[in-house]
Amino acid sequence: MAANKESSIGPAAGTTPSTDEFIKGLWRDNPVFVQVLGMCPVLAVSNTAENALAMGLATAFVLLMSNILVSTLRNFIPKQVRIASYILIIATFVTITDYVIQAISVDLHKSLGAFISLIVVNCLILSRAEAFASKNTVGRSIMDAAGMGIGFTFALFCLGAVRELFGNGTIFGLGVFPDNFQEWIVMILPAGGFFTLALWLLIFNVAEARKAKA
Amino acid sequence: MSDESLSYIFINASLVNNFVLAYFLGICPFLGVSGKMETATKMGGAVTFVMLISSMCAYGIHLILVAINAPFLQLISYIVVIASTVQLVEMFIKKMSPTLFRALGIFLPLITTNCAILGLALFQTNKGYGFLESFVYALGAGAGFTLALVLIAGLREQLNFADVPAVVKGTALTLLIAGILSLSFMGFAGLGTN
Repeated sequence: MAANKESSIGPAAGTTPSTDEFIKGLWRDNPVFVQVLGMCPVLAVSNTAENALAMGLATAFVLLMSNILVSTLRNFIPKQVRIASYILIIATFVTITDYVIQAISVDLHKSLGAFISLIVVNCLILSRAEAFASKNTVGRSIMDAAGMGIGFTFALFCLGAVRELFGNGTIFGLGVFPDNFQEWIVMILPAGGFFTLALWLLIFNVAEARKAKA
Repeated sequence: MSDESLSYIFINASLVNNFVLAYFLGICPFLGVSGKMETATKMGGAVTFVMLISSMCAYGIHLILVAINAPFLQLISYIVVIASTVQLVEMFIKKMSPTLFRALGIFLPLITTNCAILGLALFQTNKGYGFLESFVYALGAGAGFTLALVLIAGLREQLNFADVPAVVKGTALTLLIAGILSLSFMGFAGLGTN
């Protein structure tokens, strides 16, 4: 499903501007692979596909809600205190998310740990509030947040799936390899996070270079 | 745990569980300002200072929040304290050294959104550290952050002269080095067991 959307991006000549806001977050301005924003949760909780997906969705939710509120209030917030106000808005939604996740699954809450609270300081959310939501209408901000959120979740999932596959031999807890598969412990360790992200960036760079040449 | 000795807390925060290389906290400035040795050292200093102040404030706030029974305000009050501390440091640096102010650029206000600082405040609350322990923990975390930043800056300065393929240049290369550095820091894990 994600692959279809990406392949159809290319020259977005026929699309209206507001769908373009949505699409740019998926691939062209992907928050992780292109803008390299919000790296801390990307590396820290991407050790399994499930954690990565949950973290991505939680971040996307906070991003969406804060973008809506920031763009609604954009004419009422004084310029001098805008960053502080954005952070307060974000912190409120993160606290809500924290309690919701705890209510849904205590196990998940435990494995994500302090990183749910740390969504507050995810540069991606603040940068979208500052760079986009504070200057655009609510509708466009929603499109922007949805695109960025899905792009972020997709990137996190890419990382988590690769790390879980090689580090644990599973995807979503289901065995993939035959029994004699030797797990690459390094992929689960912190170092594996750095290596996997570097690998994805390399693939991305090569793809971009190919496209530029053609 | 309050039975941990102060030196253990320091070594644990700075080397064994290094904030950048083991917990992935503070990656943004780690990738952003680690190009030059001089900026890296000063950024480390600024972050350590903010860490110390906010860690002590977080300790006080935690006591108040426990007293008035409002744990849901924790996150919001921590981030407000951190944001004001950063503002203070920003004004101080602007006055004392305009050159440094320009060199740090956008990354100075971004200390607010440095996960290492909020992470530190949250971790020390979770671990139930006392005042002195929190102080040492913040000192260790700051030292560890500075160490990681300086190490990677040194490596990147050398790499400027190396002939690397065009596709690898930039963030990908820094991440690869960080991965290798993180592997080597695992050697400190033995220090954790008494």
